[in-house]
Amino acid sequence: MSRLQTQTPPQISPMAPWPLVALLAPLFPLAMQDGQALYLPQSPLALVAFALLVGSLLLRRVAGGGRSEAALLLVGVAAGYAAPLLLLARGLRPEIGLWLLLLGATLLLGRVLRLLAEATGPARHACPALFGLAILLLWEILTRGFQVPAILLPPPSAIAAAFAANAADLWDDFGQTVLTSVLRGYLLGCGAGFAVAILADRVPFLARGLLPLGNLASAIPVVGIAPIMVMWFGFDWQSKAAVIVVMTFFPMLINTLAGLASAERIQLDLMRSYGAGYWRSLLLLRLPCALPFLFNGLKINSTLALIGAIVAEFFGTPVVGMGFRISTQVARMNLDVVWASITVAALTGSALYGALALAERRVTAWHPSFRKR
Amino acid sequence: MPAAHTAAHTAAHTATHTVAAPPPAPLVEAEGEPGREPGRTIVDIRHLTLTYQAADHPVYALSDVSLSIAQGDFISLIGPSGCGKTTLMRVIADLEQPSSGDVLVNGMTPEQARLKRAYGYVFQAPALYPWRTVERNVTLPLEIMGTPRAERQTRAREQLERVGLTGFERKFPWQLSGGMQQRVSIARALAFNPDLLLMDEPFGALDEITRDHLNLQLTQLWRRTRKTCVFVTHSIAEAVFLSTRIVVMSPRPGRILDVIDCARDLPPERTLDIRESPEFQRIAHRVREGLMEGHSYDD
Ligand SMILES: Nc1ncnc2c1ncn2[C@@H]1O[C@H](COP(=O)(O)OP(=O)(O)OP(=O)(O)O)[C@@H](O)[C@H]1O
Ligand SMILES: [Mg+2]
Repeated sequence: MSRLQTQTPPQISPMAPWPLVALLAPLFPLAMQDGQALYLPQSPLALVAFALLVGSLLLRRVAGGGRSEAALLLVGVAAGYAAPLLLLARGLRPEIGLWLLLLGATLLLGRVLRLLAEATGPARHACPALFGLAILLLWEILTRGFQVPAILLPPPSAIAAAFAANAADLWDDFGQTVLTSVLRGYLLGCGAGFAVAILADRVPFLARGLLPLGNLASAIPVVGIAPIMVMWFGFDWQSKAAVIVVMTFFPMLINTLAGLASAERIQLDLMRSYGAGYWRSLLLLRLPCALPFLFNGLKINSTLALIGAIVAEFFGTPVVGMGFRISTQVARMNLDVVWASITVAALTGSALYGALALAERRVTAWHPSFRKR
Repeated sequence: MPAAHTAAHTAAHTATHTVAAPPPAPLVEAEGEPGREPGRTIVDIRHLTLTYQAADHPVYALSDVSLSIAQGDFISLIGPSGCGKTTLMRVIADLEQPSSGDVLVNGMTPEQARLKRAYGYVFQAPALYPWRTVERNVTLPLEIMGTPRAERQTRAREQLERVGLTGFERKFPWQLSGGMQQRVSIARALAFNPDLLLMDEPFGALDEITRDHLNLQLTQLWRRTRKTCVFVTHSIAEAVFLSTRIVVMSPRPGRILDVIDCARDLPPERTLDIRESPEFQRIAHRVREGLMEGHSYDD
């Protein structure tokens, strides 16, 4: 069946007509140059971009199959994005014509992404990458095109420049916040949550007493406990780690307890029939069963820990740290540095989460949510 | 003696009812070597009653069950669904506590017997661990009992071959069909070579041919090793083919209606064609009558 299907010539699926709005671009002024309207035919650069965009639209039927069509259309999209960037670089102010060109290119990108999402193999991974890149470029073009004040939202290029200019500071912040506070607090909080869960599993009244407390603790706002922890443990990493421990302890405890309770009765009976003791059935049955729950707790906590550390640094810190950087640079209106710090935090959070998700995939490949037949 | 034996049986059959006689002093024998001499009582159940305390009302699962199983016996439990067969096995295995009555396994309490790994239990569902490969599922009991690694592997391979699963060692349970999973669980129970095998509908999920094949394998294994087997089934033919004695149970609350001796009329060495013999048919008929009688009790 499937062989028959692959043998039929690849179909070029019909395309919605919306990207054709780009054809309206020549009718409107493209940009303002020294108070004069510039039309598309007057700018060779815009003309080339327009030709590439329209050309890719016309030629797409020649392409044999989804992936080559996507590659062809991508040339048009790239041209549509390059034109405004280049014109902006020459100090021109975009007008309706250029926005129409950009709109057409963006709609065309939608088509490309759909084709790639349907594709198999490595082409699939291009999809999220292209999506992210497009958002960055649109952000750049729109903030600069509409001259959005940098206080409200700096363009990515300005953030990148701030990043490069402050790399040493940002690296120190990363070391202080992530490598010192987060890592220690996270390990302590998750470790303690796990250990107490095992203890509560053996001593049932402990579980019954702790669980309502867990609900209470998860309702405590970070901004409430952070200053208290700073008073208790001082300005350095210890107070940040303490905030993280408070935030991560209960999610880990609750997830571990749920995981330990997730073994089925018949699986437990099997262990019992072998005369296996508590620790042995914990190790051979209940912990493997709990792994998906443990990873759930670890993933939730990885983001919580980062938030906790950054917020806690607002309330007192040695003169380094991501939270410190953000609070001081906001006060000085250096929003590009603030955004650079935010970028570091976002990348760190994603990397932590991604690494955990990857580990989970490897360790619990047997679980119904991952298994492949 | 099961009380139900007095009911509605023809004179021709009553002669076989002597098998459930009280065992000869099992407690004294338990003092010595756990030998393999035939006739020694392995499981001794007296006036066992079990009531589950369900949320709304009590469930009377077993009522005054008495049964003694000797070394080398192959006992089949047969009865309508929900009559307490699994419950009875679970009591023997110390997975369920009786409400009243006495149970001895190898002359010990079920708990002591369990801790001495006296039995292998094939559950009604495969109960495999999905994070372990087929082979590592089979070696699980051996790991717990501290068997060296090399021996674990050879034994697992041996048992997997017995149930026709050579070549599937590295697969995961969820990559196998339901029947194959059940065969893995049989291999797992056989792997540590227990003297007493408790099997709860082990072949329920299998096709006729595989079932015949495994029946033959099981009866050969039993004849060779003289393991004591307690076997739950819904198939009359399977029960007659495998058993030395068949225990017919009534619908809930489970009581023993009849204990039928097959060892007297059927040879210990059995091939599939004895199923055509008149003796076989006669015993099967009697099992069916017992089951039908049980059904008419309750309605
Ligand atoms: N844990 C339990 N709690 C309450 N009631 C139970 C429990 N386990 C079994 N029962 C009840 O006890 C009765 C006997 O159950 P059991 O599992 O022993 O039946 P069975 O003879 O093995 O049936 P089947 O042939 O369908 O497997 C059933 O009516 C069932 O509802
Ligand atoms: Mg059952």
